[in-house]
Amino acid sequence: MAIIEIHQQQGKDLEEIAEVCPFDAITIIEDSLVITEACKMCKVCIKQYPEIFSLEEETSRSVLTDRYKGIAVIAEHHEGDLHPVTLELIGKARELGAPLGYRISVLIIGYEVGTLAEELLEYGVDTVVLYDHKALKDMLIEPYTNIIEEFIEEYRPSTVLVGGTSIGRSLAPRAAARVHTGLTADCTVLTMQPNGDLDQIRPAFGGNIMAHIRTPNHRPQFATVRCKIFDSPKKVEVKTGQIITKRPTVQQLKSRIEISSIHIKKKITSIEDAEILVAAGRAIRTPADMALIEKFAEAIGGMVAGTRPLIESGLIDPRRQIGLSGRTVKPKVIITCGISGSVQFVAGMKGSELIYAINTDPEASIFGLAHYRLVGDLYEIIPQCISQLQRGL
Amino acid sequence: MNILVCIKQVPGTTEVNIDEETGVLLRNGVPSKMNPYDLYALECSLRLKKHYGGSVAVISMGPPQAEAIIKEAYMMGVDEGYLLTDMAFAGSDVYATAYALAQAIKTLPDVDCIICGMMTTDGDTAQVGPEIAEHLNIPHASYIKEIHEVHSDHIEVTMDMDKYAAEMKIKFPALLTVTSTIGTPRLPSYILGKKTEDKIVNRITLKDLNDQDPDHYGITGSPTQVIDIFPPDHTQISTTWEGTSKEIASNLADDLIHRKIVMR
Ligand SMILES: Cc1cc2nc3c(=O)[nH]c(=O)nc-3n(C[C@H](O)[C@H](O)[C@H](O)COP(=O)(O)OP(=O)(O)OC[C@H]3O[C@@H](n4cnc5c(N)ncnc54)[C@H](O)[C@@H]3O)c2cc1C
Ligand SMILES: Cc1cc2nc3c(=O)[nH]c(=O)nc-3n(C[C@H](O)[C@H](O)[C@H](O)COP(=O)(O)OP(=O)(O)OC[C@H]3O[C@@H](n4cnc5c(N)ncnc54)[C@H](O)[C@@H]3O)c2cc1C
Repeated sequence: MAIIEIHQQQGKDLEEIAEVCPFDAITIIEDSLVITEACKMCKVCIKQYPEIFSLEEETSRSVLTDRYKGIAVIAEHHEGDLHPVTLELIGKARELGAPLGYRISVLIIGYEVGTLAEELLEYGVDTVVLYDHKALKDMLIEPYTNIIEEFIEEYRPSTVLVGGTSIGRSLAPRAAARVHTGLTADCTVLTMQPNGDLDQIRPAFGGNIMAHIRTPNHRPQFATVRCKIFDSPKKVEVKTGQIITKRPTVQQLKSRIEISSIHIKKKITSIEDAEILVAAGRAIRTPADMALIEKFAEAIGGMVAGTRPLIESGLIDPRRQIGLSGRTVKPKVIITCGISGSVQFVAGMKGSELIYAINTDPEASIFGLAHYRLVGDLYEIIPQCISQLQRGL
Repeated sequence: MNILVCIKQVPGTTEVNIDEETGVLLRNGVPSKMNPYDLYALECSLRLKKHYGGSVAVISMGPPQAEAIIKEAYMMGVDEGYLLTDMAFAGSDVYATAYALAQAIKTLPDVDCIICGMMTTDGDTAQVGPEIAEHLNIPHASYIKEIHEVHSDHIEVTMDMDKYAAEMKIKFPALLTVTSTIGTPRLPSYILGKKTEDKIVNRITLKDLNDQDPDHYGITGSPTQVIDIFPPDHTQISTTWEGTSKEIASNLADDLIHRKIVMR
């Protein structure tokens, strides 16, 4: 990566010089020329005023890309299970690394997690580096960062991927700052150039803009990615990777934080917190109908909610009423089943990210809001959908 | 207990548009405001002060206009305010922002605890707090939802993780980032506003820091570079599925799998 250097000239018309930039990236601050972040490195200024602007190549660049190779994933696990985001990141790492011949390594830190290390190999990881110690049972920011630092020094990955979970979002910035590199948060698209540069795309401003970010002159390139952004990889037929077991030093385990107790969270019980909702309307009349809705919700991992008539008929708990006189929900997905879409109901769910509506009436007002309009009988569609989903498993 | 709160000025709305031709962010004329998540950090700090005594100061890195949010903090009851401002800091990413803030914090009177918001509404990374702590070599904990007790050399808190909550003791000096369950923020007080009208906001510039090498700050000190910004793909999905119930059912099943709503 190169940068443009400015050799300030006295007595020249700075305004005129600044005009040369087609991107308005040259401004004048306190009688000096300054290049702003709008610079696109088009080098027009260098051509026009070579005595003022010059290109400074940074030689360290090739040294960096030669020294840092491969992609690493920091594994996350909970109560004896690998976090799905870890597998998704391994899948992405393999896809990114394959054209470059990059090796994939995974760092796993914990206590009695040897079987998880074995499991990681099944996903085509080349090297699993395992730190297994009683003091590492729960995430402790200082020891975990110390270990990531040692891992990076030893393996020199070009890219490090971390899950965008609450743990990852606390650990990744600390580790990135420790090794003096950049971190791009919550990436939704990752691609890799032939030279190993990672192109990262992420939403900001609450999703209203997308930013394309690179970390050109630093290694490793750190990125966090949230769960369910990338696909889970298939298991490989033959495991070829190896597990390297490491011992943390007493120094590494030092912590100024002491955990007194851990409380595992229960499953979500309020409809406001659910990511997936199946909402039932007046087309549901009997407990047997309700059982179908419950079965459907279970098949897609969602929670049951409903319109006011279902609360009134006693089929659904009042705490699960959506709408003006109920709760306001903003799930990732809502499937409305036999709901007309009254203004009072819609007021409580119009912020949903993705809306599927099932209704026999093609004129139902819920269809004005829905992303997917399923025109048909819910008693036919839902059972067939459930059996399709179950067959697929 | 002496506390320092980190606050940031953000655009008044996240409803920003991008000029398709120039790629410039259009903020639609809405004035800037304090990052709403930082209000919780302030509230938490002011409550701790009330209970345990001591002082609450704020620091913000930003352009001179960011003074407005420090004045606002005064109106909420904050004792001292620092604005870290210098052209050298323009264009900082998280690493450079945290480095500059850490450098500035080192020049201030010692504090027991630094408290940050959980994230911002613009950059939205949630990374600045942990990186400040690393640059200062102090422990940090993110997503603190409750503070139980303050002792002379440590604090007892509950950290809220996705799948568990951890009660922990953290030695001072420490950095915490707090969630919105920590307490509803108070409104700025008119009376305090009158009282603090002339209260100065202390300026900190590059030449006040220990490390005065401009290359360590701003764009040159930032490992990440924003290459481009663009509007998200807002094409609204609007699809009708009709036909036999079997066809509709398989469209639905396929879509749920394709979108990873149902995992297999
Ligand atoms: C002050 C006030 C507050 C209110 N607050 C709320 C509130 O908070 N929440 C709320 O939900 N309501 C509220 N209501 C009630 C609201 O006005 C509606 O009456 C209610 O939302 C209708 O519920 P529904 O869509 O389930 O029933 P309906 O409007 O009766 O709709 C049933 C739908 O099911 C379809 N259908 C029938 N059979 C099938 C089938 N086999 N397959 C597929 N589709 C089928 C029909 O075409 C119809 O569109 C409030 C009303 C008032 C006056
Ligand atoms: C579209 C876009 C995308 C970006 N993506 C990245 C990226 O992926 N990686 C990256 O390194 N940089 C990125 N940046 C730059 C980043 O936004 C800035 O570095 C910013 O200074 C801090 O990040 P944040 O807003 O995400 O703060 P967060 O880390 O979300 O803020 C958390 C807390 O830190 C404190 N804090 C944050 N900023 C300040 C401040 N200036 N003064 C005082 N306290 C503060 C507050 O207490 C705040 O609540 C991006 C910028 C834009 C415009």
